[in-house]
Amino acid sequence: MTPTTTTPRGVTGSVALRGVTKVYGQGGNAVLALDRVSLDVTPGEFVCLVGASGCGKSTLLNLVAGLDRASGGAIELGDGVNPGLMFQEPALFPWLTVEANVEVPLKLRGLPRAERRARVAELLRTVHLADFGRRRPHQLSGGMRQRVALARTLALDTPVLLMDEPFGALDAMTRDILHDELERIWSERGLTVLFVTHNVREAARLADRIILLSSRPGRIIWSTRVDVPRPRRIDSPEIATIAAEVTDRLRTEVGRHGQ
Amino acid sequence: MASDTLTGSPRTDAEISGLDALDIAGREKAPSRLRRGWSALWPKLAALALAVGAWQVVVWTGWKDPWALPGPAVVFADLGHYLVSPALWDGLATTARRAAIGFAAAVAVGLLLGLGVARVKVLRAALGSMITALQTMPSIAWFPLAILLFQLSEQAIFFVVVLGAAPSVANGVIHGVDYVPPLLVRAGRNLGARGPHLYRYVIAPAALPAIVAGLKQGWAFAWRSLMAGELLVVIATRTSIGAQLTYARELSEAPRLLAIMIVILVVGLLVDAAFGAADKAIRRRWGVLDQAGA
Repeated sequence: MTPTTTTPRGVTGSVALRGVTKVYGQGGNAVLALDRVSLDVTPGEFVCLVGASGCGKSTLLNLVAGLDRASGGAIELGDGVNPGLMFQEPALFPWLTVEANVEVPLKLRGLPRAERRARVAELLRTVHLADFGRRRPHQLSGGMRQRVALARTLALDTPVLLMDEPFGALDAMTRDILHDELERIWSERGLTVLFVTHNVREAARLADRIILLSSRPGRIIWSTRVDVPRPRRIDSPEIATIAAEVTDRLRTEVGRHGQ
Repeated sequence: MASDTLTGSPRTDAEISGLDALDIAGREKAPSRLRRGWSALWPKLAALALAVGAWQVVVWTGWKDPWALPGPAVVFADLGHYLVSPALWDGLATTARRAAIGFAAAVAVGLLLGLGVARVKVLRAALGSMITALQTMPSIAWFPLAILLFQLSEQAIFFVVVLGAAPSVANGVIHGVDYVPPLLVRAGRNLGARGPHLYRYVIAPAALPAIVAGLKQGWAFAWRSLMAGELLVVIATRTSIGAQLTYARELSEAPRLLAIMIVILVVGLLVDAAFGAADKAIRRRWGVLDQAGA
């Protein structure tokens, strides 16, 4: 199911936003969360959306995921594409084992049992959790849970991955390792990734293109390509240079709200 | 796209498994079952011994005549006879059947009512607070009306049992559905669970702990209502446990009266323990039992 504003005629794996606007509330209390956001993401591209609080980053992902309706504009995805969404919290089902969590989207798609088992095993290997299938989420660390969530999202077999600050709650070392992992999986599977973060270095480490959003309302104010060869390191000088530039622009934007 | 250089190197694999091992080290804990069982059991046994001791002391003081308040020894001897008599098992069968049917009906009504109120805004506005109000009504206060409506019959008992237990079950369902974490609902919808699938895969399991708590409370109300009903609505052909309690009082058989009370207490406790075990099993699966202790 997709919102009415979605016109599925883009290329598979592409994401196109055409003047997307989102207003919350009505009348005098109406808040403009997103203001005419237009964006073209090509198949296989890794795009990071960076912005301060109130820039409507999460709203944007919800709209693309079809969990909410845009007030105006259109979102174009490939035919039948149902993007996978990941959150800051793993949002695993605590009543299910790791395996059963990953199996949920496969069950909902009506795959036969044997095929589901094979797919779950393959996905858990992909995120290096082959030995933890029988555990329950609460028995794992935060980073491991987020990898289970990634495997569960990959089980959707979707070409488009939407990530809402997925590593924001993790310690730096775990986050670095997950950056490597995500980069590997993204490139192996040719995924299109729309990644929201307020961590500028993270954006520079991961993105093909960084897009800066203003706050209240959310608008695209600047973007840059990151042409650093992969695999990258978050502590490399090239990444630091790009991060510094993004940080300066972000600070200017935040300062605008200080008067 | 640099798809050639990014396959996981062995160094990263080792780092990941090393970090995982460090992260979850020391989370396993397995104190022996026997030890845990004993540490849970002995305080209960001690409390029971104290209660029986206090009872014996009261009897020794001669506060009441022995035909009104017999000592533990007399009562337990009578309980021994009672346990092997057909009177107990026939009565227990009648009472258990009523409890099962009444509770099942209450659960059915409560689940439907709870789901309706949780889902439909108008129903919530209309019935939400009424359900809580119903819960505060002492079940015995329903009996005069029940007897007017259904005379001294089983229907009168069922009527009160269902009225007593259904609101608790409904409240459990409402509470459970209301407090399903919105994040899990969003995750479920994104994974493809819509409509009935969302209920099956996300909302029902997420609400289960609250529903079980509602069932447990509902059972306590059902059991109390049933006992009140059996004391008041005595059907001569069916000597339920409650009826036997009434007869014991009328015939001044104090030891039998106390023996029956012990049976009622134990049955209530056993069913309550079954619900408690279910609740604990769920919480263990969810991983919310770790800090709660035994």
